[in-house]
Amino acid sequence: MKKEKIIEGLLKLSALVTILTTVGILYVLLSESIAFFREVSIWEFITDKEWTPLFVNKHFGIMPLVAGTLLTTFIAISVALPIGITIAIYLSEYAHKRFKKIVKPLLEILAAVPTVVYGFFALTVVTPFLQSIIPSMSGFNALSAGIVMGIMIIPYVSSLSEDALSAVPKELRNGSYAMGSTRLQTAFKVMVPAASSGIIVSVILAFSRAIGETMIVAIAAGQQPRLTMNPLVPIETITAYIVQVSLGDVQHNSIEYRTIFAAGITLFIFTFILNNIGFYIRKKYREQYE
Amino acid sequence: MNNSQINRLKDKTFNYFGIFCTLIGLVILAFFIGSIFYDGLRRIDWDFLTSLPSRKAEKAGILTAWVGSIWIVIFTFIIVVPLGISAGIYLEEYAKKSRLSSLIEVNISNLAGVPSIIYGLLSLEIFVRLFGMGNSILAGSCTLALLVLPIVIVATREALKAVPHSIRAASYALGASKWQTVWEQVLPASFGGILTGVILAISRAVGETAPLIVIGALLYVPFTPSSPMDEFTVLPIQIFNWISRPQHEFTINAAAAIIILLLITFIMNGVAVYFRNKWQKKINW
Repeated sequence: MKKEKIIEGLLKLSALVTILTTVGILYVLLSESIAFFREVSIWEFITDKEWTPLFVNKHFGIMPLVAGTLLTTFIAISVALPIGITIAIYLSEYAHKRFKKIVKPLLEILAAVPTVVYGFFALTVVTPFLQSIIPSMSGFNALSAGIVMGIMIIPYVSSLSEDALSAVPKELRNGSYAMGSTRLQTAFKVMVPAASSGIIVSVILAFSRAIGETMIVAIAAGQQPRLTMNPLVPIETITAYIVQVSLGDVQHNSIEYRTIFAAGITLFIFTFILNNIGFYIRKKYREQYE
Repeated sequence: MNNSQINRLKDKTFNYFGIFCTLIGLVILAFFIGSIFYDGLRRIDWDFLTSLPSRKAEKAGILTAWVGSIWIVIFTFIIVVPLGISAGIYLEEYAKKSRLSSLIEVNISNLAGVPSIIYGLLSLEIFVRLFGMGNSILAGSCTLALLVLPIVIVATREALKAVPHSIRAASYALGASKWQTVWEQVLPASFGGILTGVILAISRAVGETAPLIVIGALLYVPFTPSSPMDEFTVLPIQIFNWISRPQHEFTINAAAAIIILLLITFIMNGVAVYFRNKWQKKINW
């Protein structure tokens, strides 16, 4: 009996490691950020329009990094959302079961390719191609990075949305067909509204994934924090800034070192809020159907 | 055309649009991979696999990178497998519905959504500095183990859930204890599902770059590591290093190294899918 208790204790301990990880993340981000905000006011952090902690004339306004992050994210979502949802509708309403069985795992390859590889695509294939159409485009820009990121997150949108569509009770679909609707009418007037919460969750999670994506933007979007919505010029995202500092030679305990934690906590807050909205909607939606 | 014909036309059109969207991502990916093979394949030879990095592109190889990746994978595996499976067993077989267990569940799904670079920041402070591991293989493995832990836990739970209750009941009826039941009956029955999750987790770890850069993995390592406390580089970081250089020769090196990385990733994912299918056929009890 004693052995049983010890084993249960060890198993529980393993499960608690996940709690410890979260506590550790919060502790690290908060303690270094608090040290950062002793030297830089939160007001300056939020309102200053320049981010130049590595220069002599230091500015600590997070806005340019946030703008860069949102810009690449919006481009990625505008690629992934229409394609992902169309795929989900096609697979659940039109495609043969066999086709679906083959295509779904193939699409998930898109999310399994290491992001550094996507960064390479963006820089060496997509940017030169876009430059041949838009000659004024810079070698580093938000557009290529965003488009490639969008391709990467297609399966996040399509898989979860397709699951949501499949979870809609068959009776709804059959009812619609019985009224003489086409597949398209059934899809958009019945199925999509019925699965809307699941589809919204998929988009939120894809959004969160895009905000935290690092290597594609670090490689292809540039290292110039800039408060702009112009997708053709170099920008910098929060994640790319953290990489840039990590690659350099920055003294521990210096203000430059602490900026990556202040940037990190900003990123963490964004993804935390998005993930929890997604989690909340999913929970509510489950209750609806079961 | 009357209304019904228009509707049918729209329906057909969307059918083709659906096929188009389904295939476009895959076609683009195939094009990317094709262009990488075109650029990089002729660069891959024995020397490329067995040479140290160099400032001269044509002499540079990926020896330190893939040896580093293997070290990282082995230690990540050693850390994450017992931890993840134990946690999965606890949550699925032992935990009663309590506040703590639902907190752990919410927490795991939250952790799965934390950007990987944040894990880098966590490890930089905790493993690298507080525990004094430095920018070693061990610190890198701990980082990646925490990063992929949710994948292993979720896969373990799904696999355990698929084992029918009657198996447990039969084991108890023969007088087995809880742990004997789990260890002798439930775990072997769920092996395929757990294995799939572990392979996917490791495949994810192989491709990770950002958190390792944050903890201080080196861009240029002129030696192969010989102990877990050594400094290291990995394949994705070597690729990133070569991409960042302006000379075209390094771009070709990057393409060649990407071919190797993609091969590893695809083989692992293929094996995982194979095991999953095989196992799913078997569990129609």
